[in-house]
Amino acid sequence: MHKIIIAGFGGQGILLMGQIMAYSAMTEGKEVSWMPSYGPEMRGGTANCAVIISEGMVASPVISRPDVLVIMNNPSLYKFIDRVEEGGTVFVNSSLVDVKVERKDVKVVYVRANEDAHELGTEKAANVYMMGAVSKVCGVISPESAHRGIEHGFSSKPKLIYLNKKIFDAAFERF
Amino acid sequence: MARQLIKGNEAIAEAAVRSGCRYYFGYPITPQSEIPEYMSARLSEVGGTFIQAESEISAINMVYGAAAAGGRAMTSSSSPGISLKQEGISYIAASDVPCVIVNVMRAGPGLGGIQPSQGDYFQAVKGGGHGDYKLIVYAPSSVQEAADYTYKAFDVADKYRIPVMILCDGLLGQMMEGVELPPMRDLSALPKKDWALRGWDRNGPRRIINSLRIQPDELERYIDGLYKKYDAIRQNEIEVEEYLCDDAEIILAAYGIVARICKGAILKLRKMGIKAGLIRPITLFPFPEDTFAMHAEKGSVKKFVSVELSKGQMIEDVRLAIGGKKPVAFYGRTGGNVMNEDDVASFIAGGK
Repeated sequence: MHKIIIAGFGGQGILLMGQIMAYSAMTEGKEVSWMPSYGPEMRGGTANCAVIISEGMVASPVISRPDVLVIMNNPSLYKFIDRVEEGGTVFVNSSLVDVKVERKDVKVVYVRANEDAHELGTEKAANVYMMGAVSKVCGVISPESAHRGIEHGFSSKPKLIYLNKKIFDAAFERF
Repeated sequence: MARQLIKGNEAIAEAAVRSGCRYYFGYPITPQSEIPEYMSARLSEVGGTFIQAESEISAINMVYGAAAAGGRAMTSSSSPGISLKQEGISYIAASDVPCVIVNVMRAGPGLGGIQPSQGDYFQAVKGGGHGDYKLIVYAPSSVQEAADYTYKAFDVADKYRIPVMILCDGLLGQMMEGVELPPMRDLSALPKKDWALRGWDRNGPRRIINSLRIQPDELERYIDGLYKKYDAIRQNEIEVEEYLCDDAEIILAAYGIVARICKGAILKLRKMGIKAGLIRPITLFPFPEDTFAMHAEKGSVKKFVSVELSKGQMIEDVRLAIGGKKPVAFYGRTGGNVMNEDDVASFIAGGK
């Protein structure tokens, strides 16, 4: 079972990234839940979502201690870092986060998500690039199901599907 | 059929359409606005009617009208909006008109906050409007159940000619899970409503739907009849889930999304050697009293703990059901805060 918290600011595709991961895992026959933070938030405000991917029943959709934490900006690091389970994995978007994780009991993966996604075609896909890294390092979802998730997540913008698959694959290869 | 990944609010809306709902009237309010949003697009595809009313009060009265004319009608709102609808709900209940009302609860009292809450339990179960009446109240705890019980609600409403409430919270409304949606109903196969107002054909008695009964004896007879109906509902419609109760020494009582959090806590407690279980009422009215009473009789059960997103509302029904046979503790959060499984587990493990 994976308990994943993805956090950043509005407009980074935080919620979409969580939805794509949940959808992808569902197509593998897994039980999934996706829970957004919802509030009086807007573009530029904070955004986070909790995704659970499990072989069996998902009990609480509320995550107390994530085993995977994805940090897309500075404030999110401070907000969530203490909650990660010992031995968990923290993904840090080092393009935007300028501090290092001090905890020694978690694995930390630094991902130049914005820069690398930009070089691959569009900085807007930093979330999908990050998803590639998470999928590879933690074995959360396979590339095949991630492609299905991307097709579903971008079904209203089909022009973006090819590029996002390419960016996912590039990250999946690199990590 | 393949599962879809959709929000609780969307699951409610689509399940309503599939159950034959063709009339939706509502007014936007967080955290349930996806329901009117979805209905505004979906109902026109199936020849239904969507109206964004000028207020919650007019929305519930539109439901009264559409349902009195025999249609399957629904409204939805969140806590402050549901308060506004109470006059209409009492009228509908006193007219034996079936309909479905969805409350995606947010934190009260007052305008309160927009985060999840279960503070409307009393309002839903004890009668939020005036007079002696009841609603059937379903409390789904997953997106799948949100779909399944909305689908069922229209049938149960028609069967007893009663308003049925789907009581969930902002978290369930906003979260996504995999859902297998029920099949689209054939409207022509639905039972005919020989009481509905379809226009008088100059044969037989005129049909009248009214909640005014000015003669005390007439009104008392009517209320006695309503309560016969509620007795039948108690006989037939109680739904409850028992989770790991067989050997449990501590039994949690929780409904809706909180029951899921409690299940997570129970798994943790059992790893610590504490035998905990859960009784989850799915129908809040009728309340599964017998299930609580049966476990209260067992020597192995030491106590009950009601866990709610309120200051303690369902706990009163838990206490009534177990009749003082066992102590009942309470753990809750309010204001829109949601406890997690560690919070519940440490409360229980702390022996409070």
